Amino acid sequence: MAKQLLISLRITFILLLLVSGVYPLVVWGISQVAFKHQANGSLIRNAQGQVIGSELLAQGFTKPEYFHPRPSAAGNGYDPTASGGTNLGPTSDKLINGVHKKDLSPGKPDPADFDGVADLAKAYRTENGLAATTRVPVDAVTRSASGLDPQISPANAQIQVARVAKARGLSEEAIRGLIAENTSGRGLGVLGEPAVNVLKLNLALDAAKK
Amino acid sequence: MSAENFVQYAAFLLVVGLLVRPLGSYMAHVFDGGKTILDPILLPLERGIYKIGGVEAQSEMDWKQYSLSFIFFSFAGTIVLYTLLRLQNFLPWFDKIFQVTPMSLDLAMNTAISFATTSTWQAYGGENTMSYFSQLAGLTGQNFLAGASGLALGIAFIRGLARRDSNRLGSFWVDLTRATLWVLLPFSLIGSLILVWQGVPMNFLHYTSATGLEGGAQTIAQGPVAALELIKNLGTNGGGFFNANGAHPFENPTPLTNFIEMLAIVALPAALTFTFGRMIGRPRQGWVLFWVMTVMFTGGLFFCAGPEQQGNLTTIRTANLIPSATAGQPGGNMEGKETRFGIGASVLTAIVTSNGATGSTNSMHDSYMPLSGMAPLVNMLLGEMVFGGLGTGLYSIIMVALIGLFLAGLMVGRTPEYLGKQLGPTEIKLITLYTIAMPFTVLILTAIAVIAKPGLDGLTTNSGPHGFTEIFFAYSSCFANNGQAFAGLSVNSPFYNVTTAIAMIVGRFGLALPALALAGRFGRQGRRQTTSGTLPTDSLLFAGLLIGTAIIVVGLSFLPALALGPILEHLMVK
Repeated sequence: MAKQLLISLRITFILLLLVSGVYPLVVWGISQVAFKHQANGSLIRNAQGQVIGSELLAQGFTKPEYFHPRPSAAGNGYDPTASGGTNLGPTSDKLINGVHKKDLSPGKPDPADFDGVADLAKAYRTENGLAATTRVPVDAVTRSASGLDPQISPANAQIQVARVAKARGLSEEAIRGLIAENTSGRGLGVLGEPAVNVLKLNLALDAAKK
Repeated sequence: MSAENFVQYAAFLLVVGLLVRPLGSYMAHVFDGGKTILDPILLPLERGIYKIGGVEAQSEMDWKQYSLSFIFFSFAGTIVLYTLLRLQNFLPWFDKIFQVTPMSLDLAMNTAISFATTSTWQAYGGENTMSYFSQLAGLTGQNFLAGASGLALGIAFIRGLARRDSNRLGSFWVDLTRATLWVLLPFSLIGSLILVWQGVPMNFLHYTSATGLEGGAQTIAQGPVAALELIKNLGTNGGGFFNANGAHPFENPTPLTNFIEMLAIVALPAALTFTFGRMIGRPRQGWVLFWVMTVMFTGGLFFCAGPEQQGNLTTIRTANLIPSATAGQPGGNMEGKETRFGIGASVLTAIVTSNGATGSTNSMHDSYMPLSGMAPLVNMLLGEMVFGGLGTGLYSIIMVALIGLFLAGLMVGRTPEYLGKQLGPTEIKLITLYTIAMPFTVLILTAIAVIAKPGLDGLTTNSGPHGFTEIFFAYSSCFANNGQAFAGLSVNSPFYNVTTAIAMIVGRFGLALPALALAGRFGRQGRRQTTSGTLPTDSLLFAGLLIGTAIIVVGLSFLPALALGPILEHLMVK
């Protein structure tokens, strides 16, 4: 008994040294040499060298001249230190109609205030000038699992083109070209879904000349 | 189901099928004294480990010694992890600004048990709870060790059926060490480098401050993600580096990484059917198990995909959404799903992780349509017999097969046997003990939680039948050592930390011990000759019997609970 207990402790420590010490160091070493950009979080820097985000993580956009990501449930929105979804079930009234408290003192958002899918669809129609009869892509009005989904569906991006073009004075055709450049297809042609990276697309817009 | 999704599923099953023979034969070599190409590097390392550890590699164990070693080893892992977590404030890389969730006594206890039992239940929050040191020395380490000990159990179980007139099942320490060195480490190394190439971070940087394009501040959580990411799947553990687990773009940045991570969950348990066939000298017996698994896997896939692709009719109508998939958007129920995975890859992952005893989901199952969310639940209630946990999945399916043979034996009035091993009264008692452990534990704990105030206090997000499903799902997942959740349930409370830990312990040891005891008894038996009265166990009839038994056992045990949860909620969708 005592002997087996001693062996188990020894083996635990030896193997831990190997799998928690040596192994991560080897992966780290090779990654930092071979895939430095990805290994350090795929960060994007501006001309001054400041980090403006990661190409893999969504960040909030509300201005009309930028494409908007999906709504987020991570922290107070797009918070990479609190990733997660709403976890609301399909029959939840909060999911569909949201929670809205009356009598708010102006300028102070109620922390319990929560937009349901119906509210999000209404806001999406308003900002993109869509009629109430126009059907909206599901991804535009639902919150992702991580709250950090960096991408939107191509259909969602196409709907936003007119708004962005108007705000920027760019031709819709030029913007559609940028969308195509920032769209990733299905993995190996069959896996997952095609998707448009919002941050990269917005950076490309800023770089494009009028 | 759309053509794209169908192709995606077919591609996945094809790749799994192609890997079964090479991987299975490799594992047979590793554990049955054969030669492998890694021997020149690993043999000296293995000898060194035995020398320092004081292991006598030649001395094999009977089932009691094997079980005891397994229990001691799990216990050592639990204590080490518990200590690390409680002390993480004083260990390197702890950042008190971001690791804000206190590592309380009950949370540390729950997490330590959950990682030592491969449940890796996420009562903790990842980026806001764990330091990098805890992630590596604690979680990554246990992912390897607990995963390897599961594989060792599976191999010992096979030996019981493969041997005759022997009370030895092998050496736990040798199986554990070889599982770590020959199986888990090499595949993890290759796989994690592919993940980094695709975008999974591997660094020790501080959380990075960023100023967004519109001027908003963002703190980007970083870390040695890749080291944990692959092994959490390969060891069928599943506890994520981040709170959002496999949905987080840093854990699972592309459809390709998702494919690799799903392959890491399924490939080894699937290949173990071949290892089984090889070690008992009857390859067809292994293939039958593989095909039964594949058929049941496909059934679950279709069952889950249908309602998810149909979407949430209430939101579609209320908000006037595009109901079905078109060229530019996925349609369906995208609440709690990532754009890059859409419906297809999310559902595939739900089915893989729920069958594969791995909690690394890439979408939020809590927001699935009722019947779709029932699919992963039922997979876990089936005892994760479809591929299943690494090593443990194999004995899960064989246990169901033995019940089926017992029932068939009752019908024709013969003593049932499997592979020439007789199922006498003691064997049947062990099998029964194994089978009733789950309904007994899960249903009682669920019943307590739904009448106790601290249990109901966990329902902070949903209520009604959906709330019931959340609680039922939590205990099922913990007992199945899976770790995925209907995450709307707030489980970081003393009540849930203690009760889920009980489910995890019974689910690990309450199943492993009867399985090892049974293997011990099988090993001692001789092998009976096949006669015209023997029910062949490599036939279509046997496959049907196996599937039928699985469905009947789950139905009898859990149909009332399922009716109160997902089925009732399904009827409430307007």
